[in-house]
Amino acid sequence: MIGADTPRPDVRAKITGTFRYSNDLEAPGMLYLATVRSPHAHAELGHIDATAAAAVQGFVCVLDSRHVPARRQPKALGEQPILAEGVVRFCGEPVALVVAATEDAAWQAAALIRVEYQPLPVLSDATTALAPGAPAVHPGGNLVRHLCLARGELSTGAPVEVEGRWEIGRQDPGFLGLEAALAVPGGDGGVTVRAATQDVCNDQRSIALQLGLEEHQVRVEHAGMGGAFGGRERITLQAHVALAALALGRPVKATYRRHESFVSHAKRHPGLIVLSLGATEGGEVLYARGRVLLDGGAYAPEPTSAVLGAVCYFLGGPYRIPAVDIQGDAVYTNNPISGAMRGFGAPQACFAVESTMDLLAARVGMDPVELRRRNALRPGDLFPTSGQLVPGPAPVREVIDACASIAMPPLPRREAGVRRGVGFALGVKNVLYGEGEPEWAQAEVVLDAHGAVVRSSAAECGQGALGVLTQIATAALDGIPATVPAGSTDDGYAGSSSASRQTWMSGSAVMAAAADVSAQLRILAARCFDVELEKVEIVDGQLRAPGRAATLAEVLGDQQLRAAATYRAPLTRRGDPLTGEGPVHAAWMFVAHRAVVDVDVELGSVRLVQMATAQDVGLAINPREVRGQMVGGSIQGFGFAVMEDLRCEEGVPLNDSFSDYLMPTAADGAEVVTVLVEQAEPQGPFGAKGVGEPPSISSTAAVVAAIRDATGRPLPRIPARPEDCVARALSPDPRR
Amino acid sequence: MEIEAVVNGVAMTLQCSMGTNLLCALRDAGVLSPKTACEEGRCGACSVLNDGAVVYSCLLPALACHGAAITTVEAGVAADLTEALVARGAVQCGFCTPGFVVTIEALLARYAARPLDDATVRAALSGNLCRCTGYEGLVAATLDVHLERTTVSS
Repeated sequence: MIGADTPRPDVRAKITGTFRYSNDLEAPGMLYLATVRSPHAHAELGHIDATAAAAVQGFVCVLDSRHVPARRQPKALGEQPILAEGVVRFCGEPVALVVAATEDAAWQAAALIRVEYQPLPVLSDATTALAPGAPAVHPGGNLVRHLCLARGELSTGAPVEVEGRWEIGRQDPGFLGLEAALAVPGGDGGVTVRAATQDVCNDQRSIALQLGLEEHQVRVEHAGMGGAFGGRERITLQAHVALAALALGRPVKATYRRHESFVSHAKRHPGLIVLSLGATEGGEVLYARGRVLLDGGAYAPEPTSAVLGAVCYFLGGPYRIPAVDIQGDAVYTNNPISGAMRGFGAPQACFAVESTMDLLAARVGMDPVELRRRNALRPGDLFPTSGQLVPGPAPVREVIDACASIAMPPLPRREAGVRRGVGFALGVKNVLYGEGEPEWAQAEVVLDAHGAVVRSSAAECGQGALGVLTQIATAALDGIPATVPAGSTDDGYAGSSSASRQTWMSGSAVMAAAADVSAQLRILAARCFDVELEKVEIVDGQLRAPGRAATLAEVLGDQQLRAAATYRAPLTRRGDPLTGEGPVHAAWMFVAHRAVVDVDVELGSVRLVQMATAQDVGLAINPREVRGQMVGGSIQGFGFAVMEDLRCEEGVPLNDSFSDYLMPTAADGAEVVTVLVEQAEPQGPFGAKGVGEPPSISSTAAVVAAIRDATGRPLPRIPARPEDCVARALSPDPRR
Repeated sequence: MEIEAVVNGVAMTLQCSMGTNLLCALRDAGVLSPKTACEEGRCGACSVLNDGAVVYSCLLPALACHGAAITTVEAGVAADLTEALVARGAVQCGFCTPGFVVTIEALLARYAARPLDDATVRAALSGNLCRCTGYEGLVAATLDVHLERTTVSS
């Protein structure tokens, strides 16, 4: 039930290997698709010659942009065509599709496709994107969004001012389950696509838009997903298999290789943030002045606009700051596409804010944790950037204190050249979409003698959404067993599994539908028992009234009860165009991390000793799964701090494999001590709020702070490379 | 071409060509628990037992496995390990899980009569990537089962 460590419904199938992923899909008579990609970051696309490819045994056809049906509405500026039209804008952009009888034949034929390119000047440095004469990525210029936040009076000449210039690398979601999808043509000119996606309805809309279909002609079903972390918000190969299946009247499957996966899904936005904090001698922050530049890559303006919003709105951290002046630009480049990744801009902002807070702590001679406590937002304060009233609960001080009071690991024996460092960071992010994005979620509960089945299209990425919905349904039905099968576009709209939102959004919809069904059931039972409705209870899945009891089957017989519900998110709006002020967020999540590292200062190698974290989670529906999010996200954040960066040269990725793009292993990881700060979110189902993103927000900044503490190096860039972490051979650490 | 191998105790004929790795041959034969993820021996999602030794099946030519006994989680997962993985919350997306199970069982077999500590487990599991869990549940479940098995047997 609520608050219990109920095992997730898919766990045993995943352990025994019977759980099926999108990669395992099959259909009778299916063909295989392989993608031909641009090796250039920016080029005019010339003739595509399939002569040699056609000679491969099993070759079926090649498709390029000329085979894509006419759209029903014009392409928006910056929107990626499913196959390049005249120009390629990033290395790896799909230019043609090859379909063959076997996967090997498809790959072999794809390698034999000859494509003519006329290279164009490459815009690879986001800092030059808005300069006069910069190569234009799109006809409308390189600016995706400019955002200006201006609140309060920026006093000139605060007693203390510190400034930092913070550079952010390119983190890849790095999910293990490669992109894969199967499209099966329907009899009506439509198509069913089975794919691993964070949002079947968004995939449906995108596929229909790109292929000139009506939405009802496209069905999308969830297939098992091997992780997402934001990287499956936009379609990648879904429209390609649909196009081929419709063109050929046969089922078509595609599975990416790892290097394709790296260039296809969105990465965390790299960028540059310059942040100044003005403060009193006592460390009270008076103002924040920030300049933000994000590299959006070649396409996809919507997520980039929203991520810029997040970076700017969280550049005041969870602090009481009376005045802010923040300006941000997000630009197009010929680099890989940036977009959603766990934390959605908040980790970048957190790195800048927390690193600058540490500069301030050093300047005013205050303990970094104490500086954060003194400036922490409290209920009744105004959010520093949007000026929104922060209602309770807002346990910022609580997460600071809970994290700071976690026991430190024992000090090790002295080792020559190894120094220990401790770093602390505080993070904040909105839960739910925000900035006026329309937001709702639907669910239906169907009850029969065997129990309840919940129909929802919410995506299970591995984060446990379906388990949480199962627990919510069972609790709202007072112990009647419920199951939540993986859904499809037939199961209503749930929105994306992102923004830490499904527990709250789909959870609320499930709760409402379940409550409706529960009321219907009690009415039936009251008739059955011939008692007043108020006397009927559901206890442990049984119907009871004073002196009476009946099973579900006895009351329902062969009847079925059903109820659908739509839950609408609290309204938000885009901020004022001049000041950014307004109700831009529905609610926030707060989190603190403390990292302890050992740094070999001669080699610059960093070992994580302990990560401690406290998180504002509302009331936990399933504490074990919440801790799972906290630990996993913290280790991802550690990866971003010290190793994860998809490096590019002139737009060409240099390390697009797991040999070269390193992610933490079990040996890199360490104990993560978690504290759940549980204060009921009044608007969330059973007091819950979101939990998925905060673990990735302040973990990175805390690790970098710990390395600074150990080495004394400024570390203005994430990830910190070994050469950044080398320090002079120091005298033995006096703290040991 | 084809090879004969005993897969999870059943004699099977696996189709392959010169370049086919064991992973593809197994998956083509419907043994789907080993996963394709990096294709270059870096992530361990394709780990299987080859005559009792853990191998990355993506690196092993299928032709080299003629006559071999191949074991995957389809052969069955010990109840104690299953329950420990459940109890420790060691599974999220699950894509890496079958590979981890193979690796963990081999480690537990090597340490059946020896003490096992956190650092040893972490080193032994470092050839398998997990992007979701941060490894803590996997390490803890391994130590739980080791303790249970060594306590029972001593």
